[in-house]
Amino acid sequence: MSQVPEDLKYTRNHEWVRVEADGSVTVGITEHAQESLGDLVFVEPPEVGTQLQAEEACAVVESVKAASDVYAPISGEVTQGNEALADNPETVNTDPYGDGWIMRIQPADTSEIDGLLDAAAYQALVADEG
Amino acid sequence: MLDAIGAERIEDLFDEIPESLRNAPIDAIPAGMTEMEVTQLMRRRAAQDVQPACFVGAGAYDHHVPAAVWEITTRGEFYSAYTPYQAEASQGTLQLLYEFQTMMSELTGLYASNASLYDGATALAEAVLMAVRSNRKAKSKRVLMPRSVHPYYRRVVETIVANQGIELVEAPLDDTVGRIDPEALGRFEDEPFAAVVIPQPNFFGALEEVDRLTDWAHGLNALVIAVCNPIALALLTPPGEWGSEGADIACGEGQPLGIPLSSGGPYFGFMTTRKQHVRQLPGRIVGRTVDADGRTGYTLTLQAREQHIRRSKATSNICTNQGLMVTAATVHLSLLGAEGLARVAAVSHERTRELVQKLTAIDGVERLFDGPFFHEVPLRIPAPAEEVLPMLANRGVLGGYDLSQEFPEWGPALLVCATETRTSEEIDRFAAALADALRNTGQRARA
Repeated sequence: MSQVPEDLKYTRNHEWVRVEADGSVTVGITEHAQESLGDLVFVEPPEVGTQLQAEEACAVVESVKAASDVYAPISGEVTQGNEALADNPETVNTDPYGDGWIMRIQPADTSEIDGLLDAAAYQALVADEG
Repeated sequence: MLDAIGAERIEDLFDEIPESLRNAPIDAIPAGMTEMEVTQLMRRRAAQDVQPACFVGAGAYDHHVPAAVWEITTRGEFYSAYTPYQAEASQGTLQLLYEFQTMMSELTGLYASNASLYDGATALAEAVLMAVRSNRKAKSKRVLMPRSVHPYYRRVVETIVANQGIELVEAPLDDTVGRIDPEALGRFEDEPFAAVVIPQPNFFGALEEVDRLTDWAHGLNALVIAVCNPIALALLTPPGEWGSEGADIACGEGQPLGIPLSSGGPYFGFMTTRKQHVRQLPGRIVGRTVDADGRTGYTLTLQAREQHIRRSKATSNICTNQGLMVTAATVHLSLLGAEGLARVAAVSHERTRELVQKLTAIDGVERLFDGPFFHEVPLRIPAPAEEVLPMLANRGVLGGYDLSQEFPEWGPALLVCATETRTSEEIDRFAAALADALRNTGQRARA
């Protein structure tokens, strides 16, 4: 079973969400997602300032096998994209919950965060799909 | 069979298609012919083709193609219209495509090339789609499309992009020089553009102020799409060096590179781009790598965004390439070399200058525009082109493209072109035939 940290929230599309001290959220893809994709060769984070709707396709992660969309877990404004991934996309494979983060979002409505999956529910989802 | 699938009539299978869209019975199609009858018909048709001297350009050009080009291209090893389905098993084909890409990159001065597109017009449409995808900063789906781009290209682009929410904004011409007027572009600066299209040479053979236009577009955060004649690039500044940063995408019609006119096709389109946009480049791309033993090998690369993997989200869904045409172009360019290509361009231009000089010596025939041009020029004539052209055809001369079809505001005008294949004798024949034709139409007008 791949790693699913207890302190994060998750989506059905295999993104993770961390609420930061300043109220913004950091978003990445889960270890399970990066394992399924294989070696990443390119990551395209969203433009800073983009207004996102929850569930909207907003970033692309491309492996040697496929280019896949990353969906916005919640609505809000993009405040940062992880520029370091331009030169080192493989960081998403090696450290998906740390340096492999993809974007930061200022939430439009924090209650949307409560509607996301907790670690146990996400683990059950992955087990179901397996 | 109908019983088994529970249908009463064959027509029931086509229920999904609205009645109004279904074809009526096709009575107009005649009965079949035998092989012998077809051969006889085709011989009669071939005898009607009088092989006139061609002075029509307007997007397709009658250049000399060495016999070796199609001798090599039609060998069994190469003879396919497609990239192979089991691509990496066909190393020879992939190497050829890789060489083609290298040549197009060098000609256009840009980092990466695809393995070709369908034709010049669809290549421009793909370039517009690519620019809008690539330029996310602009947050705009407007593209500036000058009136000096081939009218057919503009129509094809409109057809392909109109339903994707992309707005084509027409940039006006300077009527004295037949090219974009950079001074008149100021009024377009209020709203952002994703891209600006710059033709070089443009539809009228005129040379655009590419450096100034490129810098202007980049100043507005718009990408620059160059539409070029590949022969002209042997002499002109390549798009990758336009302005201070260079164009972002170059595309165009590949026919002048070893493909016969063939009544309009098959031809091929080409497209190249800078490194930063390579993931948005549509179509097949061949890369060079090494195998497990360190030997050079060729492979299709950047496939993750192609339609067999990304389906509806692919970079393109018409990413056909023209493998056989590209094979011919690659062989053609290999035989000519960089110097040979530059000589083709220089001699074509020299021929056109001779043509212009001899035609404008005729009373009432003059250049429509001042300013620099490459191997194609619009001429004002004192009688309707639709009357003059058939008279020329009777004297064995295809006397140019009737510009009044698309640009009636300039009155009767012919777009004429001479390549390296036109002789001085043919140019004299054209001049004599045009002088006679104008005299005849003039007499009729006075009568």
